Amino acid sequence: MDTANTPLPAVVHARQVTDDTLLVQLAGNWQLQRGVPELTAIQQKLADTSHIRRLTFEILDMPAWDTGLLTFLLQLLDYCQHHQITVDQSGLPEGVRRLLALATAVPEREGARRGASHLSWLAQVGTSTLTALRSAPELFKFIGEACLTFGRFALGKARYRRTDLVLLLQECGAQALGIVALISFLVGLILAFMGAVQLRQFGAQIYVADLVGLGMTREMGAIMTGVIIAGRTGAAFAAQLGTMQVNEEVDALITMGIPPMEFLVLPRMLALMLMMPLLCVFADIVGMLGGLIVATGLLDITLLEYLNETQRAVHLVDCGVGLFKSVVFGALVALAGCLRGMQCGRSAAAVGAAATSAVVTGIVWIIASDGVFAVLTERLGL
Amino acid sequence: MALTVPRITIQNMTMAYGNFVIQRNLDFHIQPGEIFIIMGGSGCGKSTLLRHLIGLLRPALGDVLYDGESFWHAAPEERERLMRRFGVLYQSGALWSSMTLAENVALPLGEYTDLSPRQIRNVVSLKLALVGLAGFEDFYPSEISGGMRKRAGLARAMALDPDILFFDEPSAGLDPISSRRLDDLILELRDSLGATVVVVTHELASIFAIGDNCVFLDAETKTMLAVGNPKTLRDASPEPKIRTFLTRGEDVTTTA
Repeated sequence: MDTANTPLPAVVHARQVTDDTLLVQLAGNWQLQRGVPELTAIQQKLADTSHIRRLTFEILDMPAWDTGLLTFLLQLLDYCQHHQITVDQSGLPEGVRRLLALATAVPEREGARRGASHLSWLAQVGTSTLTALRSAPELFKFIGEACLTFGRFALGKARYRRTDLVLLLQECGAQALGIVALISFLVGLILAFMGAVQLRQFGAQIYVADLVGLGMTREMGAIMTGVIIAGRTGAAFAAQLGTMQVNEEVDALITMGIPPMEFLVLPRMLALMLMMPLLCVFADIVGMLGGLIVATGLLDITLLEYLNETQRAVHLVDCGVGLFKSVVFGALVALAGCLRGMQCGRSAAAVGAAATSAVVTGIVWIIASDGVFAVLTERLGL
Repeated sequence: MALTVPRITIQNMTMAYGNFVIQRNLDFHIQPGEIFIIMGGSGCGKSTLLRHLIGLLRPALGDVLYDGESFWHAAPEERERLMRRFGVLYQSGALWSSMTLAENVALPLGEYTDLSPRQIRNVVSLKLALVGLAGFEDFYPSEISGGMRKRAGLARAMALDPDILFFDEPSAGLDPISSRRLDDLILELRDSLGATVVVVTHELASIFAIGDNCVFLDAETKTMLAVGNPKTLRDASPEPKIRTFLTRGEDVTTTA
């Protein structure tokens, strides 16, 4: 593949030599980067003289050739095959002939080629509905298996590694403290500000303490922690398990007779269900601290007044409701993360999709279940 | 041989991860148009050596020369220009999984040539046909078998008609016939396009079928033991380790 010093452009001539034979003459540098002639000239010639049944080649002066020549010839061969024209390759360089033989050695597999499929809008809606319907049993199966696994865990029969659990506890508990502190502090601050503006109109500033205390313990503490954990840990679970699917690590567990539900999903669900309430308590306290700063700084409420009012307004039941929710949210986030991870396809792109889907699913489940809790607590009078 | 500048020169190279030396005092040449085999037992640093040759890892000591030009002392732009002359087939294909086979092969063509999309499509079809994957343009890597992925990886490596092709364990995980076909393809590429081929492998059948020259890396002494034609080494190497390797550990005294 030496490059010639003088870049002769690639040229092609076609000449009818006998009644049914066309001679194709090739000359110049047939290199892709320098540009190669189009097939159209020869196609035109063949179309004009319909009785041509044979094609021969002559190489005049060709200092260099590469893929450019091969693509040209392959197209020409393809055209000739479709028009019942025999091709005599003897005039071509030896290397070209061998590569062409190689390129045509394995015939195109029947049915392998795919046309670009354009589904109509209605068909797309239908397809995605059917896909969603089909994925529903998968979800319930996963939840069912998770429940059975918890049953085995309760009986002490589940197989998982304690060290994995401890590492996961650290990863999704202690290491999340920073971000949970920041977010819940700001949420407490925002709640207090909002309340302060409204309540000051009635001279009822002191009730900012009630608003922040109840708001954090009953709702915001659990929800915000849940959302943070969904983004932080849920996505990580999906990516971890998804990568394990890609690397066939999950298959390796199955063939060793270790159920991935016990070995991978159980410790993750346990870790989140244990850590979420702790994080939630932490978020509640930090949130109230945020409220306290607004109240004492902006509203002339003393520290003691604020604490007193908070103590009066917030009951153990409120904390209990929040904590219970946080356990449920933890289970939901872990379930979403593990489900998407286990459903992951076998490519890098699929891992990304699984992580995204885990976060979306996690947050949707958190908000939806919070709605259910709102109705339940109202009915139960909690 | 002595008159031509070797295509690749490995100059007194030491490879190390931090303080952990993998191989030291590597010194050999690869001639243009040669099929050069890098061989040795598992864990001796064959693939690491390949990663040093293609610019993924920097040698701890020494240098790699391409046509007499230093690779590691060159400016980054210069190095990038040299790297564009390589085609690399990674162990498991390393196809980009979010792209179809056609898109995989077309990416370097789109980046480094000014071909029209139609021309690129023709080149892609040719390259896929050369590796026996005609008609699989619109498949994703996850939809085809491991052997097909490897061949598609080769089509991508050949996309820019490289001067030098690097193969990392090309026949690992292939059935004997596919492996043979790949060997034939390697020979064909060398003969027809004049490419220089560097192959990391420990597949004996391949080594003898395609290798013009080879280097044997030893994990214990952490250096190369010999350079030469594999058949000659098998029959006449003074080093028993190499004869044992090349005869699959069968009794070296009784094998010819």
